Amino acid sequence: MTQYFFYFLSFLAIFFAALVVLSKNPVHSVLYLILCFFSIAGHYILLNAQFLAAVHIIVYAGAIMVLFLFVLMLMNLNRDSEPPKSWQGKVAATLAAGLLLLVFTASIKGADALPSGNQPDNTVGLLTNLGKTLYNDFMLPFEVSSILFLVAMVGAVMIGKREEVSE
Amino acid sequence: MEFIIYKIILISAVLGLTLLVAMYSTYAERKVAAFMQDRLGPNRAGPFGLLQPLADGIKMFMKEEIIPDVSNKVLFVLGPCIAMVTALMTGVVIPWGPDLIIGGTHYPLQITDVNIGVLYVFGVVSIGVYGIMIGGWASNNKYALLGAIRASSQMISYEVAMGLSIISIIMMTGTLSLREIVEQQAGAHWNVFYSPLAFIIFLICAFAECNRTPFDLPECETELIGGYHTEYSSMKLGFYLFAEYINMFISSAIISCVFFGGYNFPGVDSLGLSNNIMAFLHAGILFGKIFFFIFFFMWVRWTIPRFRYDQLMNLGWKGLLPLSMVNIFITGIVMYLAGKL
Amino acid sequence: MSTPADYLPILLQFIAALGFVVLTIGATHLLGPKRHTNVKNETFECGIESVGNARVPFSIKYFLVAILFVLFDVEVIFMYPWAVNFKSLGVRGLIEMFMFMSLLLLGFFYIIKKGALKWE
Repeated sequence: MTQYFFYFLSFLAIFFAALVVLSKNPVHSVLYLILCFFSIAGHYILLNAQFLAAVHIIVYAGAIMVLFLFVLMLMNLNRDSEPPKSWQGKVAATLAAGLLLLVFTASIKGADALPSGNQPDNTVGLLTNLGKTLYNDFMLPFEVSSILFLVAMVGAVMIGKREEVSE
Repeated sequence: MEFIIYKIILISAVLGLTLLVAMYSTYAERKVAAFMQDRLGPNRAGPFGLLQPLADGIKMFMKEEIIPDVSNKVLFVLGPCIAMVTALMTGVVIPWGPDLIIGGTHYPLQITDVNIGVLYVFGVVSIGVYGIMIGGWASNNKYALLGAIRASSQMISYEVAMGLSIISIIMMTGTLSLREIVEQQAGAHWNVFYSPLAFIIFLICAFAECNRTPFDLPECETELIGGYHTEYSSMKLGFYLFAEYINMFISSAIISCVFFGGYNFPGVDSLGLSNNIMAFLHAGILFGKIFFFIFFFMWVRWTIPRFRYDQLMNLGWKGLLPLSMVNIFITGIVMYLAGKL
Repeated sequence: MSTPADYLPILLQFIAALGFVVLTIGATHLLGPKRHTNVKNETFECGIESVGNARVPFSIKYFLVAILFVLFDVEVIFMYPWAVNFKSLGVRGLIEMFMFMSLLLLGFFYIIKKGALKWE
């Protein structure tokens, strides 16, 4: 049963990811990306990592994509089609993506398959266990991340401010 | 298999009940408004106008659909659909009552008890923004766009304070499952007595999330005509308005569950009735609380004027956000001093 | 213990909600009259002819609010696993989170001081 769900969700994730790239209208792309995130959240649930699934929905699908939509709406989209790209850009993008694919394939080929019979603990992703690990073993990275947030806030304010002066 | 059949029955029941309550909320809203303004309100369709919501529904079905030529047609239809689907999705995690026991088998009156119930609710709420944003943008109308941007900014601003306010409750209960939160409040140990500040913040945020007065700036008629649904007609308009009433019902249910003990009421358990009758009695108690909060939503709507936009943003960011953080500090320190750690 | 099977009813509910929405939209599409005219299909703008379209830029303030929302949302998410384990983490957890929140408040006051959230 789980296996069928896995294949179905994988198919959906790849299908929507392809549509993100292929659709002409950027707003449609954003919506397909949200659907793609939903299928990935489904994968997390299959892995019993429920908190990660919730975070994925709330932060990625619910917050970052709202920001994306705001940016698109700010950008004064009068035509549905995007301006044609130069051929150099296309070649560079193809090359970069191809190299990335090569790296991924190589790393997956090099990885050892999970030993069968040695089932990983499937309660590790539950909220309580995750919290215990995060706030005991990973205390320092957690505190450091708050400094990262501070920097991000300062950056956001600076961007907003500079735009205002130039207007 | 039996499990799935039971779930399907329960889902249909909850779906039907949600729609029924939302339908009659529209009727109640007009009656409450009429009462507060010393009028009669709807009284022509059926006895006391009780068939009015049905008549409104049929009217919505029979109206012409108008899709503006310059709009983005697919997204224009998608907007209200997203709003409606997200409104209907939240009811899944609400515990409507204790288990029914038929022939020794337990049948929970909750569609599913997920471990992360509260986060699930926030997830669905955060997706709800898209319905309004996409609908308003796709209309290609300046008023609709402004309404949509206002609405989404307001909703995301109050979402942060809402998420923060409920943390103090979770610190006390130690779980995100709504059923466990409700069960811990058995008797009169309601969370509202232990964390009143969190309740007030949550209530204000719930008003803002539902776009209800005094936070109904997205659709204020005097400035923006109809706001994000200016261009909508027929059932698509109906979906937006209906989704608002469903959201009101669901947020009342969540407020009752998280702060007011859900289906618990002091003294009910000592009545000594049989288990299944008790389950229905408890469900009735929950609905009583929900109806009170729906009435409260309406009461506020017809009493308080709306905010100005800068006041609204200031309240959200400079008022409620720091206040809810202070609430977390207070809860932490009080629990430390009380030796609960 | 919680398992992925708990989420199956959510899928069922989604199918039910989607079915309801699609059926209703389809029914109104078939039932309603269809008398389209060019004037009727224009966008509404106070009754006068509309000028341009609505693909216009709006205030950067809204954009800033969205960025700050993303930041705060992530921080709020960090607090949930802590709040659930609050009693077992003890005083150390309390101090940990207070440090985290103090830095958060520092950033918040910076935002207020810079006037990033000032609406005119």
